[in-house]
Amino acid sequence: MAAPTRDREPRQADAAPSRAPAWTARARRTVRDPAFWADWTVVVALIVLVVVFASLSDVFLTAGNVESILVASSILVVLAIGQTAVVATAGIDLSLGSILTVSSVVLGWAHAGGMGIAVACLLCVATGLLAGTINGLVVARGKITDFIVTLGMLSVAYGAALVISDGRPVRVQDQFLLTLTTGSLGPLRYNVALAALVAVLGHVVLFHTRFGTHLLATGGAPEAARAAGVDVARVKIAVYAISGLMGAIGGILLTARVGAAEPTTATTLLLNSVAAVVLGGVSLFGGRGSILGPVAGALLLTALINGLTLLAVSQFWQPIAVGLVVIVSALMMRFRR
Amino acid sequence: MSVADTTPEPTLVVQHVSKSFGSVTAVQDASLSAGAGEVTAIIGDNGAGKSTLIKCVSGVHRSDAGEVCLDGHPVGFASPEEGRARGIETVYQDLALVDDLAVWQNLFLNRERTRGAGPIRFLDRQGMQREAESMLQRLDVDVPSVRERVRRLSGGQRQAVAICRAAGWGSRLVIMDEPTAALGVRETARVEELIRRLRDDGLAVLVISHNFDQVLRLSDRVWIMRQGRVVDGFRTAETSAEELVAAVTGAQRAANQPRGRSQQP
Ligand SMILES: Nc1ncnc2c1ncn2[C@@H]1O[C@H](COP(=O)(O)OP(=O)(O)OP(=O)(O)O)[C@@H](O)[C@H]1O
Ligand SMILES: [Mg+2]
Repeated sequence: MAAPTRDREPRQADAAPSRAPAWTARARRTVRDPAFWADWTVVVALIVLVVVFASLSDVFLTAGNVESILVASSILVVLAIGQTAVVATAGIDLSLGSILTVSSVVLGWAHAGGMGIAVACLLCVATGLLAGTINGLVVARGKITDFIVTLGMLSVAYGAALVISDGRPVRVQDQFLLTLTTGSLGPLRYNVALAALVAVLGHVVLFHTRFGTHLLATGGAPEAARAAGVDVARVKIAVYAISGLMGAIGGILLTARVGAAEPTTATTLLLNSVAAVVLGGVSLFGGRGSILGPVAGALLLTALINGLTLLAVSQFWQPIAVGLVVIVSALMMRFRR
Repeated sequence: MSVADTTPEPTLVVQHVSKSFGSVTAVQDASLSAGAGEVTAIIGDNGAGKSTLIKCVSGVHRSDAGEVCLDGHPVGFASPEEGRARGIETVYQDLALVDDLAVWQNLFLNRERTRGAGPIRFLDRQGMQREAESMLQRLDVDVPSVRERVRRLSGGQRQAVAICRAAGWGSRLVIMDEPTAALGVRETARVEELIRRLRDDGLAVLVISHNFDQVLRLSDRVWIMRQGRVVDGFRTAETSAEELVAAVTGAQRAANQPRGRSQQP
C-alpha cells in the first residue's frame, strides 16, 4: 500500500491516544457512519423484521415456516437476480414477468404436445433467452429507451402467452417438476437449492469475471467504459438475455409449483423483482450493485408477506406494507456515498 | 522534411493533418512533433482545434488528410484501441474513470488479468491489486487504498489514477487534454510532478493546456494553434509568456513571421 501521507497522519494521531486496538476504533467509526447503515439497509431490515415477527408469532421461526418462506421466495430470488443484471447497467426490464409467463406457457404447450420434459424445459429456456435477446438488441442497437422496449415486450410476451395457450391454463403433471418442488437436497428443497445456485453463480459472474466488471463499468460510466474499449452494446444485449433466462427459470419453477402453466400477467412478480433490487441497494442509475443485496431483498419481501399472513393481517394490507418498506429503505439508501 | 535535423527522431510526427466536421474545418494542415523524454505542450484559444488534433492522433477521429508517424512509421488508426495497441494512451478531458469501481479495477479496466481454463476464467483480483499498488508506487501516486472507490478520491487523486493508467502499459506516447483544468493549486502541482516523472521515464508526453504559466514551468517545447492551424512553435526555454500570448492571439508576429519556425521549435 502507499506510504502514509501528510493527509492521513492527523487521523492516525486521533486514534492513538485512545489506546484501543485499531479495529475497535474502526468498528466504532463504521457503526457511526450513516453510509455503513445505508449499505447494509436490507440486511438490517431483514433482521429487524425477523425479530419482530418472531416475537409476535411462535410459528414464524419454526423450521417448517422458515422452509416455506425459502420455497416461496425462490422464484422471486431468481427474477431479482435477472433484474439486478439489467438495473446495474442503468436499464430496467419491465417484461420480466411476461417473459416468465410466456416461457411457462411454452413449457406447458410442449409438454401437452407430447415432447419430453427435457425438450419442454429447453424450449422454455430458449423462449426466455430469445425474448431477452430481442430486448437487448433493440435497446443496444436500436438505441431506444429500455423502459419503452421492455414495456412493449411486456405486452408482446403476454399476448404470445395468450395466443399459445388460447387463454387457458395447461396442466403439467410431470415427475421431474414434482421432484423439483417437493424433493430435497439435504435440508434444502430442490427449488431453493436451484435459486441458491443461481445466486452463487450470479455473484461469481458479477465480481469475479471480466464480464461482471464490464457490466458495472457500462452501467456506471458508459463513456469511460467505451473509451477503455469495452463493447458496451454487447454487454447490454447480454444482460437482457440473462434477464430473459432468469424469467424462463422462474417459469419452470412456477409451473412446477402450480402444476400448471397459466397465462397470467405476473405483475406482482415483476413489481416485487424491482422492489427487491431497490431494497438490495442496487443503484437505479447503474454501476453499483450486488447479488447478496437483492437476494436479501427478495427474502425480506417474502418474509414480510408470510409474517403478515401468520398474524392474520388481511391480504389487502400486504401491498401497502410492501410499498412502505420499499420507500423507507430507498430513503435510508440516500445516505450512501 | 525539416524534422530531419532534430536528433534523435521524435516519437510522434504529425504532418499536414486536416479534419473537418461537415462545413466546420476543425484542423487544417497541422504539423507538429513530440519527442521522447520531453513534455510537449499545445496551446491555443477555445475552439482552436487542439482536442480535435489529438483525437486524430489517438485514433478517435480519422483525419481527412495528412500523416501521423509513430517512431518513424506512418500509422492510420481506425479506433482508439488500435492506437493503444501501438502505445498511444490518452487521458481525456473528462477523466474517463468509472466512479463506482475501485482504483485497481479502473487501472485494469478492459485489461483484466484472469486465471482459469478455456472459457471459464476468473479475475485474478489479488494479483491485480498488488500490481495496481506497485503501478501507483512507481509513479509515487498516493491514494488511500487501491480498493477504494474512485468516487471517494479527490480530483487530483483521480487525475493521477487516470494518468497512471495511461502510463502503466508500456506506452510510448501519453496525451493529456487539460489534465489540471479542474484542480486546485496543490493538486495541480502534484499532477505536474507526475507528468515530469513520466517524462523522466523517457515517455513522450503531449499536453494541452490553457495555462501559460504551467506551459512555461512544465514543457520542453510549445506548439501554438489558432483557427485549426499550428501557427508557431517554440523551445520553451527560449520563449516568454508575452511571446506565447502574442502568438496565441495572433497579434504582431502573424504578419512578418508567418510560420517561420513551425517545423523546428
Ligand atoms: N465532433 C464534432 N462535430 C462537429 N464539430 C466539432 C466536433 N468536435 C469539434 N468540433 C468543432 O471543431 C472546432 C475545434 O474544436 P476543438 O474541440 O478541437 O477545440 P479546442 O482547441 O480543443 O477547444 P477548447 O480549448 O475549448 O477545448 C470547434 O469549432 C468545434 O466546434
Ligand atoms: Mg478541447
